[in-house]
Amino acid sequence: MSTQSFWATVRQIVRKDLTVEVRSREVAYTTLFFAVSCLLVFAFALVREGRAPEGAGEGILWATLTFAGTLALGRTFERERQAETLRALLLAPVPRTAIYVGKLVGIVGLLVAVQVVLVPLVTLFFGAPLLRHPLWLAGILVTGTLGFAAVGTLFAAMLVRARSRDVLLPVLLYPVIVPVLIAGVRGTSALVEPTFDVAIARFWLTLLLAFDTVFVTLALWTFEPLMTD
Amino acid sequence: MPKWFAPVALACGAMFAASPFLIANAPYESTMGLVQKIFYYHMPSAWMFLLAAIVCGIASGRFLGSGDPRHDRTAQAAAELTVLFGLLTLVTGPLWARRAWGTWWVWDPRVTSSLVGWMISCAYLILRKYGGPGSERLAAGVAIFGMANVPFIYISVNYWRTIHPSTSVVPTLPVSMGVPLWFCVTAFLMLFILLMAMRVRLEESRGQLDALHLALEE
Repeated sequence: MSTQSFWATVRQIVRKDLTVEVRSREVAYTTLFFAVSCLLVFAFALVREGRAPEGAGEGILWATLTFAGTLALGRTFERERQAETLRALLLAPVPRTAIYVGKLVGIVGLLVAVQVVLVPLVTLFFGAPLLRHPLWLAGILVTGTLGFAAVGTLFAAMLVRARSRDVLLPVLLYPVIVPVLIAGVRGTSALVEPTFDVAIARFWLTLLLAFDTVFVTLALWTFEPLMTD
Repeated sequence: MPKWFAPVALACGAMFAASPFLIANAPYESTMGLVQKIFYYHMPSAWMFLLAAIVCGIASGRFLGSGDPRHDRTAQAAAELTVLFGLLTLVTGPLWARRAWGTWWVWDPRVTSSLVGWMISCAYLILRKYGGPGSERLAAGVAIFGMANVPFIYISVNYWRTIHPSTSVVPTLPVSMGVPLWFCVTAFLMLFILLMAMRVRLEESRGQLDALHLALEE
């Protein structure tokens, strides 16, 4: 086991989480249903006379992703805590950072799957032409999700040992991911503009990539000391 | 308390008592008039806010690296001062902005990053208070992420419009305005050092008391 390579461990953790999830479908179903419920709340709060305010769609998409992502993060680690399996994972003679990366990949995968359903729904409910530039949209969504999940996975994992973790996760996470939200919303609204400006979209995508790089590096560096009792 | 504490506290008290007279005697700014005088307290608070946040971030990083509780005490004291001076900055700013920009609040980069930075330090303290045992390590992690985040917040909000006066204002101030400003900065810096020293000492005493309690029980 101890000679096992980093990426083999990552693969095993992703496979383990996927197997558990495929059997129960708990996190996927609850996250997806919660996301759709959020869309309904936004629809009742914002839509007047059958029309959403201009530019609301991008904001609603990202706000929903943030709320649903928080729920998914909390549930993923709550499951590990209840079964005492996180401790078992941490005791395994594998690099701790591989555990973090495995969890991160799983959560990004889940959130991307949620987005596949969410984006058409936002287009439908709020009339936002999100799918005008699908490749750019995918780039901004994936990099944004990675940034959100990079911080979220670390915070959710370290809060497993803390009291009132359900409340603390959003309290700690939201101020830190402000740049992801701004860049995500602005980048997405650049895509729905009637005249598409590549330079603006590229600026926000680059900012998201820089954020991802810095925060994944920081999380890899702090995961070990933060997860040690 | 260390020997320097009492004289510095006296000097700091005297400076704060004298500052209203100096500020009142400073000339009126031509366009903003009386309201500009908030600036003499607003800017030193903002500088101390930034200083406290930097001290908290560095001390948290060192605590996470070494596990030395001294760094943790420094980080905690600095986080509380970040919240205090941040609150002063965020209250005095809108008072001035109402008159100068015609609105209480604008989502300008510097204002927004101050608010987010202040919220991160509040989150740090909330985690320490309600996170249960071991939460000081977790809070140190949050502080490091908070500090690394500042440039990103700044750049991302910068794409909105900027109307906050730039830092280049300070060297160009006339002497009659510069003297009260630097006087206030010194007074605020002394207050910062005094509060830091008191808060760190309080935590040290608490640690010693806990150790004695444990020794007594054994």
